[in-house]
Amino acid sequence: MALESLEEIKLRAEAAVPGAQIRVIPNPSPANQPSLLLDNERASAVATFLRDDPILRLDYCSNVTGVDWLDRKVKKTIKVKKVIDGEEKEVDETKEELVPGYLEAVYHLFSITHKHGPVVIRMRTANRARGTRLPSLTPIYRSAEFQEREIFDLYGVHFESHPDLRRILMWDEFVDHPMRKDYREPDDYEYEPTPHDDVLEKAKQHYTARPELDGAESIRPQAG
Amino acid sequence: MTEQIDEGLRNELQRQGIWVTSMQDLYNWGRRNSIWPLQFGLACCAIEMIATAASRYDIARFGGEVFRPSPRQADLMIVAGTVTKKMAPQIVRLYNQMPDPKYVISMGACAISGGPFKQGYNVLKGIDRYIPVDVYIPGCPPRPEALLHAFMELQRKIDGQKLTGITKAEHLDPGQPSEFPVPAFGEHDLEPVANPDVFHPPKMERQS
Repeated sequence: MALESLEEIKLRAEAAVPGAQIRVIPNPSPANQPSLLLDNERASAVATFLRDDPILRLDYCSNVTGVDWLDRKVKKTIKVKKVIDGEEKEVDETKEELVPGYLEAVYHLFSITHKHGPVVIRMRTANRARGTRLPSLTPIYRSAEFQEREIFDLYGVHFESHPDLRRILMWDEFVDHPMRKDYREPDDYEYEPTPHDDVLEKAKQHYTARPELDGAESIRPQAG
Repeated sequence: MTEQIDEGLRNELQRQGIWVTSMQDLYNWGRRNSIWPLQFGLACCAIEMIATAASRYDIARFGGEVFRPSPRQADLMIVAGTVTKKMAPQIVRLYNQMPDPKYVISMGACAISGGPFKQGYNVLKGIDRYIPVDVYIPGCPPRPEALLHAFMELQRKIDGQKLTGITKAEHLDPGQPSEFPVPAFGEHDLEPVANPDVFHPPKMERQS
């Protein structure tokens, strides 16, 4: 059975779950796999609808993953009316707008019954703070349990109503969330014969400068 | 001591049906031909270790086929695979639970230095940061032949260990530690990141 389009799923889900706000997120990359962005309040109800609806029957959650989106600046061009030389003209003006960062949980749903999928759904946190929250879909998809724990461990998203939210990969005493883009691992650089890229940057901080001996290609700390 | 017996005399005696040896040779001969490894694997190197134990490569030819499920019965720890920081304290604890004399083979790039995961946040940069290692095997993963070679190297090392004198084996010296502190889980990393009594990395002097 061919899967209906995301737009149709969105409309039917919004009709089935009163108050649900779903957005279709396009994906301009070659994968062209658009997804549904659920609002956190009604996410459980929408997921239940996706699972139980006789046409969709998305009864299998194959994969849950996290995404970290940093704060980013978006340049926007706006036409502004300005008075130049006593004449009113329309001028393009670029404005930088700060889009605050957030964390995302992405779920890939399939239907074993109807052999279709995937339908990708995602949820976004309000911000990137420690202990930022999302509703857990583990009560609906049991297979999400360990993967939500993994997102909690590596990204620091707290899943509400998760039955057993503990770290799963790192030890309990660990405080960082290593998959966040601003994570800095402990500085324990060890000698590398041919450092490059990030490792070269680390190496530079651990070598003493000897420009008189090493010449231009040498490894030395950046000035300043 | 066999070294003190004239080689020609010993051969002559052997021809006459008299076999002359020393306690040390006999003792080491028995030890080196019945090395019992601890049965545990950490990553893909463990698959090669299993292959070494199976019939094609057959580590039993060297007396190492008795993989023990308990550290109390093991002589040799083959650290086969990636040691994550979460696993490292357990490895050290297992090592501490082994009775003396005990030996360690560090198998594969990960167990030696962290290998391809060296610059990551979750992998220990070599098990020799916490316990002394006797034989290192490079490779990713090393072939069974390499493990057999390391095994023979270890046998050679055991054969050369003296029972008496100043140069006697370390495990016979009561002053030498046979247990090492287990690292603790810290907030960002293991604490300490290495045991300075065990870990002596080479100082790399840059050539001018």
